[in-house]
Amino acid sequence: MAGSRPRALKLGGAALRLAGTVVLTIFGLLLVTFLIGRVVPIDPVLAAVGDRAPAEVYQRVRSELGLDQPLYIQFFRYVSAVLHGDLGRSVLTSNPVLTDIKRFFPATLELATTATLMGVLIGIPLGVAAAVRQNRWPDQVIRVLGLLGYSVPVFWLGLMGLVLFYARLGWVAGPGRLDVFYEDVVDPRTGVILIDSALAGNWQVFSNAIQHLILPASILGYFSLAYVSRMTRSLMIEQLRQEYVVTARVKGLSEARIVWRHALGNVMVPLVTVVALSYANLLEGSVLTETVFAWPGLGQYITNSLLNVDMNAVLGGTLMVGVVYLVLNLFSDLLYRVFDPRAR
Amino acid sequence: MSEVVAARGWHAWLTAEAPASRLQARLVNAYATSLGFLRNPLALIGLAIVIALLLIAAAAPLLAHASPEAQDLSLRLRPPDATHWFGTDELGRDIYSRVLYGARITLGIVTLVVLIVAPLGLFIGCVAGYRGGMLDAVLMRITDVFLAFPRLILALAFVAALGPGIENAVIAISLTAWPPYARIARAETLILRDSDFINAARLLGASWPRIVFLHVMPLCLSSVIVRVTLDMAGIILTAAGLGFLGLGAQPPSPEWGAMISTGRKYILDQWWVAAFPGLAICLVSLGFNLLGDGLRDVLDPKQR
Repeated sequence: MAGSRPRALKLGGAALRLAGTVVLTIFGLLLVTFLIGRVVPIDPVLAAVGDRAPAEVYQRVRSELGLDQPLYIQFFRYVSAVLHGDLGRSVLTSNPVLTDIKRFFPATLELATTATLMGVLIGIPLGVAAAVRQNRWPDQVIRVLGLLGYSVPVFWLGLMGLVLFYARLGWVAGPGRLDVFYEDVVDPRTGVILIDSALAGNWQVFSNAIQHLILPASILGYFSLAYVSRMTRSLMIEQLRQEYVVTARVKGLSEARIVWRHALGNVMVPLVTVVALSYANLLEGSVLTETVFAWPGLGQYITNSLLNVDMNAVLGGTLMVGVVYLVLNLFSDLLYRVFDPRAR
Repeated sequence: MSEVVAARGWHAWLTAEAPASRLQARLVNAYATSLGFLRNPLALIGLAIVIALLLIAAAAPLLAHASPEAQDLSLRLRPPDATHWFGTDELGRDIYSRVLYGARITLGIVTLVVLIVAPLGLFIGCVAGYRGGMLDAVLMRITDVFLAFPRLILALAFVAALGPGIENAVIAISLTAWPPYARIARAETLILRDSDFINAARLLGASWPRIVFLHVMPLCLSSVIVRVTLDMAGIILTAAGLGFLGLGAQPPSPEWGAMISTGRKYILDQWWVAAFPGLAICLVSLGFNLLGDGLRDVLDPKQR
């Protein structure tokens, strides 16, 4: 244990540097959203007071909103407001944007988490199978999945899924999170309907929610699957070439144990970072998927606000997505440093 | 040269171990590269799709059955048949003709985005990498901030500020697409910066813009070209996504994403309105992806 102290110190230094980068990046995110908010062609004062307001009312509101101040002071005010949790008020819902985000975010979380779970549970075994037997069918499946995953528009796939599985076959429920008569039946304790209905013991709502969730989650999960399986395959191929695998074989270990225990165990850390990245990327896919499936999540909130030129809501939502994206990236980076001795 | 060609044919000249002139050396290199490319069937399929896209975009008026804007309300929402191969939409317009004309819009968007993004990223990356120091730190932090947003969401925010429309969609996509190019160009520049020929140029008194523009940038080009081809599909999908959300090309423009957006209203009964433009997007993106993979294998063996 002699070397443990300097190593811990080194890790602490890396964490500090990382924290510095994060603060800087968040500052940059705020600057970008602030500047986007400033170049909007609509006048926020006019939007608040209307066209017919007399000049002195216009001036008063203008100074109340702080728009007569220099740009850097406006930016400073914006940053301090955001840090106090004030993202402004949405014109469309007339709620504070933060309240809206809290209400809409669980739906996105539910969708993206289910999709990622699907991608991981199918993608990792498929990737391992492809690595063990290269150029056999799992390998070909992964190649095709990957190619299509980079070429198919997610919103189109969603629409075609609705035509086939909802309209023609009737296997799944249509757009939305629940059938109309199940809405507001369970108490929204977490906002994630599957958890809420399970907590309330209302299995009718639970199964209805699953029927609504299964198609959009599969569509998104497909993109996660394509990415996770490809990465698993290439990571595993690299491991199976290592000498310890030969040693294990010579010692007479079963092939299953070598593959699933030793090789897969060694790729677990990079795999977690892959999963975190794919989770972050699903945020992007969810904007379009939520529009197709009328899924009341953050993505739909952003696009709806956008179409109604509700800038506070758009920028608040964008900032939120940026921060989540950053946190996920940071999480995967930290995990890598902590568990992979070579990255220390 | 002519004696060798006369004696042993063009093939021997093009595969010579020791080229006798600069021209021959370049041609030998190009010949080997193109042979490698031609041996990859998937890449050739990709190339064929991309060439077909170019031809269709150029010859759309010849191939189309009708004007993309010609309405015939008596023929609304007809399923595909012998005269309307892909059916008709809610205003009785021929979807096949609209998809063909849509190729022009898609091609226009990707061309514009690439013309903006590749030089910009290349410039920022090369300057940051070559100059180093404070400038490098600042430029790379800016790059990081842009990479910290998912691309489509940042593009959405920009479109929100600029207003919907195809020109603004191009600007928004460009603003979100340059950072990876800057990263690539910087990485290449860092490798080149301390090589002997750059040092030689510096000792001869070349100014830094001269070194960056004439000696560093040309060598970063092949990585950037590979990245451009691989990026094309992403640009097409983002543009289609913006069109689908009603923020990119506006109706009656036959942009594929916008066509899917109108088709969405009729999706349950008249599936063909949305299906065919979507198929076109898939096919074109697939073509660029296959071509990009093939180019990467021959031009940039490091990334394999």
